[in-house]
Amino acid sequence: MTQYLIRRLLIAIPSLLGISVVLFTVLALAPGDPFEELATNPAIPPEVRANLRASLGIDDPIWQRYFSWLFAMLRGEWGYSFVSRINVDQLILQRLPVTLVVIGASQVVALAIALPVGVYAATRPYSVFDQIANTLAFVGFSLPTFFTGLLFILLFSIYLDWLPFVYRTELSETGWRWWWEQLRQSIMPVMVLGLFQGAAWTRFVRSAVLDVIRLDHVTTARAKGLPESRVTLRHVVRNALIPVVTLVALQMPIVFGGAIVTEQIFRVPGVGSLLISAILANDTPVIMAVTFVFAGLVIFFNLLADILYGWLDPRISYR
Amino acid sequence: MTLPRLLEIEGLKVHFQTDDGTVRAVDGVSIGVDRGETVSVVGESGCGKTVTAMTVLKLIAMPPGRIAEGRILWQGRDIVPMDPEQMRAIRSKEIGFVFQEPMTSLNPVYTVGQQIAETVRQHEGVSRKAALDRAAEMLGLVQIPNPSRRVHDYPHQFSGGMRQRVMIAMALSCNPKLLIADEPTTALDVTIQAQILDLLNEMKERLGMAVLLITHAMGVVAETAQRVVVMYAGVVVEEAPVEALFERPLHPYTQGLIRSIPRLDLAATEHRRLEAIPGTVPSLLNPPTGCRFAARCRHAIPECTAGEPALREIQPGHTARCIRAEEFL
Amino acid sequence: MAGSIPASATASPAAPRKRVTPWQEAWRRFRKHRLAVVSAVILALLILAVLIGPLIWAVPIDEIDFTARLQGPSWEHPLGTDDLGQDILARVLYGGRISLAVGFAAMAVAVVVGTFVGAVAGMAGGRLDAALMWLTDLFLSLPELPLLLLIIYLFRDALTGIVGPEMGVFILIVTVIGGFRWMPVARLVRAQFFSLREKEFVEAARALGASRPRLVLRHILPNALGPVIVAATIDVAAAIIAESTLSFLGLGFPPDIPTWGRILFDAKDNLDFAPHWAIFPGLAIFLTVLSINFVGDGLRDALDPRRVK
Repeated sequence: MTQYLIRRLLIAIPSLLGISVVLFTVLALAPGDPFEELATNPAIPPEVRANLRASLGIDDPIWQRYFSWLFAMLRGEWGYSFVSRINVDQLILQRLPVTLVVIGASQVVALAIALPVGVYAATRPYSVFDQIANTLAFVGFSLPTFFTGLLFILLFSIYLDWLPFVYRTELSETGWRWWWEQLRQSIMPVMVLGLFQGAAWTRFVRSAVLDVIRLDHVTTARAKGLPESRVTLRHVVRNALIPVVTLVALQMPIVFGGAIVTEQIFRVPGVGSLLISAILANDTPVIMAVTFVFAGLVIFFNLLADILYGWLDPRISYR
Repeated sequence: MTLPRLLEIEGLKVHFQTDDGTVRAVDGVSIGVDRGETVSVVGESGCGKTVTAMTVLKLIAMPPGRIAEGRILWQGRDIVPMDPEQMRAIRSKEIGFVFQEPMTSLNPVYTVGQQIAETVRQHEGVSRKAALDRAAEMLGLVQIPNPSRRVHDYPHQFSGGMRQRVMIAMALSCNPKLLIADEPTTALDVTIQAQILDLLNEMKERLGMAVLLITHAMGVVAETAQRVVVMYAGVVVEEAPVEALFERPLHPYTQGLIRSIPRLDLAATEHRRLEAIPGTVPSLLNPPTGCRFAARCRHAIPECTAGEPALREIQPGHTARCIRAEEFL
Repeated sequence: MAGSIPASATASPAAPRKRVTPWQEAWRRFRKHRLAVVSAVILALLILAVLIGPLIWAVPIDEIDFTARLQGPSWEHPLGTDDLGQDILARVLYGGRISLAVGFAAMAVAVVVGTFVGAVAGMAGGRLDAALMWLTDLFLSLPELPLLLLIIYLFRDALTGIVGPEMGVFILIVTVIGGFRWMPVARLVRAQFFSLREKEFVEAARALGASRPRLVLRHILPNALGPVIVAATIDVAAAIIAESTLSFLGLGFPPDIPTWGRILFDAKDNLDFAPHWAIFPGLAIFLTVLSINFVGDGLRDALDPRRVK
């Protein structure tokens, strides 16, 4: 297992490098070199500008510039936001927790929907339940998050007036009221993201379970005289989780895309809405850093999926 | 009053619903097994022998499968109407099952010890520790070296032959009265095949259970069984004690099967060619009228296709489903 | 309960059937998927509507009428009007052209790039294959939306300077969305190469002296067609969503081009008093994407028999 982990970590390094090369290439190819702009932007204080010029090595050959840029990014020297007038790393650290909480909670919602529904549908293929679940799943992931978000606001905030549609960072309430308000304003962003992912995952779970359910070892489990519930949980679902983990990891870029949209709709102050406002304000250092952070998060979650995979499938660590 | 037979399958018909129609996989099969006896069911793949065996524990997929007719008496009690809970009490506890594919019949994500212990705990309600001890004991019984260490290994750490031993250990862990082995050696190397058959014979000697051995290989039959049931296209075509069957097979199909056994001792002197039976098993969607084997039979006469011949007792304990059976005596 | 159905139950070949071509067989299987058939009809109607709709409903998309601001649906404006009194039906029909054009064009980019990468990897094998597959995996783990936003942010001005704002943004969006979606096609095509390379008919064609490009075009690619069509269908839906997302964030097409996402972007701050403004373009996206996804599912049943459920 340790060996396997080390191997996965080593494989993650070239991916990170690859993504950084893609990012750097995009930046370097861009007309009106954003690096140039950074170092000459009058909005930047002179001493910061001098630092930047040195750290970016504007006049060095391209590969040298790539490495100095990469090391600067890895060290967390992400520059200075023209708009917010603080260091970009601080800005991102302020915003990141909200994003992670929203994403995390929505993934829990997605799993809470996808696992039971997918498993139940797969154990009764082509039943009425299966067909309804399948149709709803299609509807779920054909509804773009920005439209679901607007529909939710329309229904729950405007017509029913149950939930606030603007996320407030500073809640005036204290004690349990604070938690209550926090919950109320988080429900819609989390549900929008969670329902979308849940719909996609329901189909993953269903097809993974259908693949496992016809395997020989499931018949063995029945021949052992185990109750059907135990056969399903321990011998079908447990094995079906292995491919599901891989598919879920592949979905992470889409999850982050959804998070950006959701944060923008509900004005959740996370890194996603930070990215949009930075683009609208031409705040280049922030745009670069946020993109880099998203890339890092995707790799991190892929690594997490690999670890989970190794833990779920005992065969893997011996390969 | 005589004790009922251990297992008595009576007129069993199993049908599968498919897009193309109803497949009559098992079309009126009767097989009996007595205590401590080894009965072998032979036939080509597709003759319904595996479906028959799986139906005894209701392990076929229902739907599309369906027990259309017949009774399966387990110690006198019919299991066909039994509910899932009653079935679970019989599975593994009274009837153990060994499958054809040792490579895929064990769950890859649990250790073999966990999988054996799971069976023991299900039926005997012992502690986790006691169940695992039993698992190790069973592994030792099936001659797996270092059993107390290997209970903690995963299936992929065992070879095919070793996995089949694990399967046998699992099937025997609750001391069943009957072991159903469905082609237990087919997927294995030839050298390993003999070892597994020896193991089955030895387990039977030591534990005294009956064995229902499903196979397509006549060689396997000769080595293990006391009584043989030959199946073809969903029906029984011949049944006899093993010596009688090999000495005087009364159905042309059985004769073909026996001729297809490679015989090392005869090869040099008699130059007899190994014969395969021409043709394939007929469609079970629309079984032919008359004798199902007629189209492939070298002894077929026009009367063969007139109507399905009955299974007749030609000699005491020796039945055959052929209108010309007497001519082969 | 789907357990193991012994293969022996249907060992014999099925009764001889009427000879059908693979396409007839595919059509037979597609027809069985009722939702896919209904969706195909809806999709055809949608495409027809955006193609000839603007000719029939000849209301200009930018006719400003302050006397008719933010009106709900009426006979005069079946889908209502926006804050400038512009007719939403006309704008949705026009926007549909853009959204669908982006969807199909981006899919074409994805299929061309994917087929090329997959074919090169499949033909070359060895190190080049390993490198290309690494690249494919890398692209699969790129954060698509942030990078889309970054690229559009950086390149928009330069490109619109060359070919004009509409064309510039169209080319940019199509290239970038397509450039992030070629990976599944590349994998499918490569897999087809590996599974077919050793098959007899390819060997035979090679022995008969078929040239390499000919081998690829005539024998290998047609066999990959089924799964690629399925992947391409899903790509159209994903590209439409991606474009709408960009426009919805205000970072896609310029404000005077009413793509579906752009209309939603304009409408979202007026939800409380003009919900129709957001609902109709949103429904248009939803209906299009849903029907494409169902058609894709039906095509999977029809063209990808290995995946029969």
